[in-house]
Amino acid sequence: MREAASVKTAWRTKRTPTTLQRTVPKIVVARWMSLTAGAVVLFLIACALVPQWIAPYSPTDMQADRILLPPGSAYWLGTDYFGRDVFSLIVYGARESLFIGFASVLVGGVSGALLGALSGYLGGWVDSVLMRIVDVIMTIPGVLLALAVAAGLGPGLWNIVLAVAIASLPNYARIMRGQILSVKSRPFITASRSIGASELSVFVKHVLPNSLSPLLVMACIGVGTSILTGSGLSFLGLGVLKEIPDWGALLSQGRGYLTVAWWICTFPGMAITLFVLSVNVIGDELRDALDPRKRRE
Amino acid sequence: MAKVIAVRLLSCLAVVAGSSVLVFCILYVLPGDVVMNMIDPSSMSPEAIANLRHELGVDRPFYEQFLHYFREVLRGDFGKSLVNSEPVLPKIFAHLPATLELAISASFVSLTVGLALGVLSAVHRNKPIDIAVRIVALFGISMPTFWSGILLILIFSVFLGWFPAMGSNGWNTLVLPALTLGMLGAGFIVRMVRNSMLEVLGEPFITTLRAKGLAERAVLYRHALRNALIPGVTMMGILAGEMLAGTVVIETVFSRQGIGRIIADAIMAKDLPVVQGVVLFTAIVYVIVNALVDISYAYIDPRIRRLHNDRRSGWA
Repeated sequence: MREAASVKTAWRTKRTPTTLQRTVPKIVVARWMSLTAGAVVLFLIACALVPQWIAPYSPTDMQADRILLPPGSAYWLGTDYFGRDVFSLIVYGARESLFIGFASVLVGGVSGALLGALSGYLGGWVDSVLMRIVDVIMTIPGVLLALAVAAGLGPGLWNIVLAVAIASLPNYARIMRGQILSVKSRPFITASRSIGASELSVFVKHVLPNSLSPLLVMACIGVGTSILTGSGLSFLGLGVLKEIPDWGALLSQGRGYLTVAWWICTFPGMAITLFVLSVNVIGDELRDALDPRKRRE
Repeated sequence: MAKVIAVRLLSCLAVVAGSSVLVFCILYVLPGDVVMNMIDPSSMSPEAIANLRHELGVDRPFYEQFLHYFREVLRGDFGKSLVNSEPVLPKIFAHLPATLELAISASFVSLTVGLALGVLSAVHRNKPIDIAVRIVALFGISMPTFWSGILLILIFSVFLGWFPAMGSNGWNTLVLPALTLGMLGAGFIVRMVRNSMLEVLGEPFITTLRAKGLAERAVLYRHALRNALIPGVTMMGILAGEMLAGTVVIETVFSRQGIGRIIADAIMAKDLPVVQGVVLFTAIVYVIVNALVDISYAYIDPRIRRLHNDRRSGWA
């Protein structure tokens, strides 16, 4: 008790905190958040890869005697109207949900970055034409574009991936172009040209690697955005109806039971939120780490 | 100023023309047979399918289809529904008020909450209040709106019974959807305002103001916030896009009769011309909003105005 009291008075006296006192809580808080975020992402990736090791029940096991049970010790997150365990459904649903997120970032990010790199490096009419196309794609808000593409392609996992990828492509192209433009005018590029390096090797060895860091941050946050868009599409009914639904579809199915079983909707949405939140935290951290201005602080 | 507006409007026209090409391409050029996606092939005879193809014009060569589409759009005909041959444009206008109501009130929520929390967070940098605000903002941008909407329904309609869960008449049906969409926008704005406030607060002119003994309140609100808000105007354009796209999900969750709902229903009914029409309409609205944002940008920031004036006088 005495100790607590003395801590209290020490807190009250207005003394300028030492550098250690100022920075330690800051670092603990910052690291605490990104460590938790990393753990959540790893856990959900594990769910996607080896759901059978994590889920306590089979996601397709329907039991008439456990319909719409609320969360409890046997069924942690309750059961749905077919008597399936909601926790197991979420664990198995991770595969498809995360696949949409990662695959669409890969497809959209790589093709967008290539377009942007070409545009920025070649300049001239190639740049003008490519950037006008990007401008036009950007006139349609991302989610709506993905929706239209998915509607045109029809339902299907890869179609959703493609739709989300097309919608995210312009952002990557723009960032990459800006990076290339700023890197290619730097002195070390002129230097490597002047010692006789070929155009291709200058581009591949020097321009490209030095332009990638903001793209990395964008791709990281993009995984979250893509999962939001993808699960939104499947919530609206553009996904594939399968035995094991992804998180968006699971949530959409649970909507009809909102008044009798709140848990069917609540937990899949929580899974989406946790994953996107974690990816955003990691992206912010990555951005700060890569930003020389922030590093100096 | 007149020149800024004229140039912006011209490029606006070009971009709208471009987006109509894009919208056309999305539904007609992408792999996947439009007609086969629309119908159940087993339920129709081959002749009926051929007839439908002819009716839609998809049996004609691509450039012919495109020219036809473009001509119709210029005439103000955005296509007809395949389900009941209802023209799309009048339908959009009939549903527009509900969507505008939602978008405007949600923008209001985003702006007030976002600005207040963003300034609060920047001023109390790295204090508990800043950390709390940043976590709240992270939740705002990370929650899928279809989930946060359902949570609000659960809490305020099912458990507390304060607001109706669905419908689109009366202010009390607007509260929950506006909050749902507003939370998303507020999350974005908090992060933006915080960053740009911190940037401005680190600039030399702030030190000068403090050195001359100006009250901290005046430094913050009269000088720092004003300068921090300049990038915020571009944010309005992005926000408008989020709001327009967000209505599709929100109007489905809350069963509101808006244009977002038209497109969601059209997707379920595989009514592609309606999807096409609504997307094109939204793109046009979005382009106009962004042009207005650009123009107001020049109006607010004297540096940009001067840039245009210099160009006119042959300086740049």
